[in-house]
Amino acid sequence: MNERTIICLSCPKGCRVKVKANGDDIKDISGHECPQGIEYAKNEYLNPTRILPTTVRVKNGQIALVPVKTASPIPKEKIGEAMQKLSEIEVEAPVELGQVIVNNILDTGVDVVATRSIKEKN
Amino acid sequence: MKTKRELVIVGGGPAGLAAALEAHKNGVEDILLIERDEYLGGILQQCIHNGFGLDYFNEELTGPEYAERFIDELSDKKIDVQLKTMVIDINDQKMLTVLSSKKGIEFIEAKSVILAMGCRERTREAIRIPGTRPAGVMTAGAAQRYINIEGYLPGREIVILGSGDIGLIMARRLALEGADVKGVFEIMSYSSGLVRNKVQCLDDFGIPLYLQQTVTKIHGQKRVEAVDIAEVDDNFNQIPETKKTIECDTLLLSVGLIPENELSQQANISLDDITGGPIVDQSRETDIPGVFACGNVLQVHDLVDNVSEEAEIAGKAAAEFLLNETKDEIKQSLEIAPGKNITYVVPHTLNINANTSPLIELFFRVKDPAEDCKISIKDNQEELASYTRPIVEPGEIESVKLPIKLINKSSDEIIVELITGGE
Repeated sequence: MNERTIICLSCPKGCRVKVKANGDDIKDISGHECPQGIEYAKNEYLNPTRILPTTVRVKNGQIALVPVKTASPIPKEKIGEAMQKLSEIEVEAPVELGQVIVNNILDTGVDVVATRSIKEKN
Repeated sequence: MKTKRELVIVGGGPAGLAAALEAHKNGVEDILLIERDEYLGGILQQCIHNGFGLDYFNEELTGPEYAERFIDELSDKKIDVQLKTMVIDINDQKMLTVLSSKKGIEFIEAKSVILAMGCRERTREAIRIPGTRPAGVMTAGAAQRYINIEGYLPGREIVILGSGDIGLIMARRLALEGADVKGVFEIMSYSSGLVRNKVQCLDDFGIPLYLQQTVTKIHGQKRVEAVDIAEVDDNFNQIPETKKTIECDTLLLSVGLIPENELSQQANISLDDITGGPIVDQSRETDIPGVFACGNVLQVHDLVDNVSEEAEIAGKAAAEFLLNETKDEIKQSLEIAPGKNITYVVPHTLNINANTSPLIELFFRVKDPAEDCKISIKDNQEELASYTRPIVEPGEIESVKLPIKLINKSSDEIIVELITGGE
């Protein structure tokens, strides 16, 4: 039996929720003060995901980098690999807000999009 | 050269942007927004992480996305924007001295001014860390600009002092970019950052948070080589026998923010010693009629959403000041003061006239964390209202909406108090 404490981030209270499980089979959840804690702990235990905000190099842009993010959360364990992949990319200015920078990154089904418009260098 | 303007807004960050839009919406036709950087958006442009806009837009945005919504809205309005321009003086007659490489020195006579200069970070000098003065000591925000805008990694082995949100965010950012973040050190017994940031910025990357510890000395000649760390007791005295040395090439400081009020001081505007910002009434007007303040120059906010809302109050009030020729007579003037367990309250005064909104929102910070407590609002005579709160923390601005009809006509003071369980 595995036991892990997960801090629930559904609200600022931050309950410490205890999850007991055999592999992926959750046996018991305790320590939450509201039902949101169960849902949060379950997801965070079985499939933790995060939005990844970072930057990508821009060629001929007014600034050197364009900020980007994954359009929706990706599995937490893929974040390192995604950073590696994004470090190899350079986009050409101009860049539009929301422009897809990488399609379906690491086969997650999630696009990486620009979060700022960048004009061409004058 | 001397020009005349109806409304000049100093600062093109979130406060200045929202104030400009709101003043325009309320009928001001001649608006000049002055920004010292090369683009609008202020600090939001380097805050590339998500978590903005949940209150204001009901969706989660990154800093640049939040800024761009306002910049887009501004672009087709008759609002003049002057970038790469620094306001170097404002006097009590609302005359601004403005400097830019394009136009040189200019004098602008404004009928109304909105101060939206934001805040800046406390530095090593502000907290007096002994040791040598090598390269590699910088504020967390400076490092954030290097990494997210300029494209430089400021160091490889990082120690962070201070667990405010910027420090936590930068711990993650540096870890993602391949730096070795050796730990975040916090002199208090609790982290002042959001729980979410502690979990997602430190725990996710295995970065340790050390409470009740601080940096006592910096080593290194040209570049930082190491820092000394010591534990502190409950009175923040260093415990010498706990001293240890940690090798690193960079020390980031996330040790608080100070409203940037040099211009306000030059204009002889009265400041609040606690917030570091101007003293204002409910319309965010300072003690110079027609000069308003909003955003982090007034009080350091936790969320940009609250900055936008505050700036709208100031923008609307500036429009009323400019367009309402016959000033409404003030019927009652009250001081609003922090009472038991409260650090400060904004606004500082309430001037009631025929047009005053029936509800006034008071913003304040508590001194210590508390649970199952109550906010009590009193005037000279009695308790006017009370509001229960399951949890309050110094790191989160609290607010209550007070119906002004509850205030006794003869009162000249309102006091905000926090009543905790035992009382």
